[in-house]
Amino acid sequence: MRTLADVAVVLALAAYAIPFFWQLLTSFKPEAELLRVPPLLPSRLTLAHYHVVISQSLIPRALGNSLGIATLTTLVSLAAGVPAAYAVARLPLPGKRLLLLAIVASTAFPQIATVSPLYLLMRALELRDTWAGLVLVHASFALPLTIWLLAGFVREIPIEAEEAASVDGAGLVAMLRWVLLPLLAPGLASTALLTFLFSWNEFLFAYTFTVSEASRTIPVALALFPGVFEVPWGDIAAASMLASLPPVVIVIALQRFLVQGLVAGAVKE
Amino acid sequence: MTGREAAARRHALVCVAPTVLALGALTVYPGIWVLWLSLQRRIPIFDVSRFAGFENYAFLAVDPRFWSAAHTTAVFTLGSVALEVVLGVAAALAINAQRRGRRVALSLLLLAWAMPAVVGAKLFEWLYHPAAGLINVALGRHSINWLGDPVVALPAVILADVWRTMPFVAILCYARLLAIPADVYEAAQVDGAGRLATLTRITLPLLGRILLLAVLFRTLDALRAFDIMFVLTGGGPAGTTETLTVYAYRALFQTLQLGFGSAVSVIVFALVMTVAWAYLRLLRTGTVAA
Repeated sequence: MRTLADVAVVLALAAYAIPFFWQLLTSFKPEAELLRVPPLLPSRLTLAHYHVVISQSLIPRALGNSLGIATLTTLVSLAAGVPAAYAVARLPLPGKRLLLLAIVASTAFPQIATVSPLYLLMRALELRDTWAGLVLVHASFALPLTIWLLAGFVREIPIEAEEAASVDGAGLVAMLRWVLLPLLAPGLASTALLTFLFSWNEFLFAYTFTVSEASRTIPVALALFPGVFEVPWGDIAAASMLASLPPVVIVIALQRFLVQGLVAGAVKE
Repeated sequence: MTGREAAARRHALVCVAPTVLALGALTVYPGIWVLWLSLQRRIPIFDVSRFAGFENYAFLAVDPRFWSAAHTTAVFTLGSVALEVVLGVAAALAINAQRRGRRVALSLLLLAWAMPAVVGAKLFEWLYHPAAGLINVALGRHSINWLGDPVVALPAVILADVWRTMPFVAILCYARLLAIPADVYEAAQVDGAGRLATLTRITLPLLGRILLLAVLFRTLDALRAFDIMFVLTGGGPAGTTETLTVYAYRALFQTLQLGFGSAVSVIVFALVMTVAWAYLRLLRTGTVAA
């Protein structure tokens, strides 16, 4: 009875994921069978759509842009976020309450509110259609959550390590680099992956601040996927699968952390 | 103040300097600039740029398209958040009741949440295809034009949004369920509480606060949702899926009215902040009562 119920839950959730699996199947369907349903299952599977997407579209370029922009966003956001989180969690920071309030408030901030001034700013600084422009915007947008998460991880580290370092007379940078960072590694990895995920998936800023394939990220390229006479459903399906591969891998890898982090939050409240 | 304390404060300021600089330049400054922009009439292609006071807001007050977008935003937010909460709690309870296979169940659930909203939109665009879409096929060869019919387009967009974001609510609730100690349930059993009584008297009340938090996050996200309708319908058909955010975006970047579009953005901004503030108050009074 119990096993039966367990199987039923898994089946129900598999059914919930049908939109994804249907697109996955579509990406391997021969062109001629796409609009002929039923039958639901194709007569054979083909890599033709992946071939078209990889060799004849701008999707590979967009995947490269997304990889670069999301990686740089993560690095910039951690470089600013780690010291800030340390200061928030451990140091007597003047105006700490104000900064924390700003961090909480900015997580509620709608992107649409700043997109018009940022557009003017990007144009004035000639950062439109560059990686740098998008990295700056993504990193600053991700920063509040990065600091929030990291400050939580810093608080879990026993304070003795830092005290020992300060007795040794290690400078601030040396302490952050050699004492804090190694102890912070697991939390840092999770935070990094979430920041990467945010930048990879972000659409509004990426759509507004990019103009050409020089900086278009994967969600933008997918939204603008061209069709000449009719919509190339199979190619779009293949491109969608390529676009969701990194986020899906990250989230499934982070599953344990996501739930545990939330349990900790739930217990604390 | 000792030298040591002064050094610690100095260190603290150095540590937050890059953050304060970044947030100042790219969040706070644009946040103030947008207020200023919203008071202007600014249409770069016609070389129009002048101070307009509250003209843009006065126009919005009598703009039927604005009120229609406000209505759509309200329906979208209420509809998607309500569905997400019901389905999310159900999914969390189901996974929590599992003895085996939780990892697989969670992975299947998180699949939808992981992907970019644009991919979610593309998935549903294909499912809603009038002739070959899985939904019409499953309904037995009806050819409902889900995204082209003004009556069903908004529910169709809501459904696509619920699919992708419900797992967030489910995971939050599931995490809270994990944190309930087993002896709470054992005590209930000793007292002879049935399954239904355990659910309504113990489990659901314990979920209360986390649900309120989930509703807060999801409401804020729904109010500022953009990707899903922009890609699925572009606000159509006949403007029936045009939310305030989509209206603001189209005014800003399709008709290039920077001042007017900014005014609509400011309204979204104010709306989101008011809702956040109201919820946080509710959450705080909740703590006092509990």
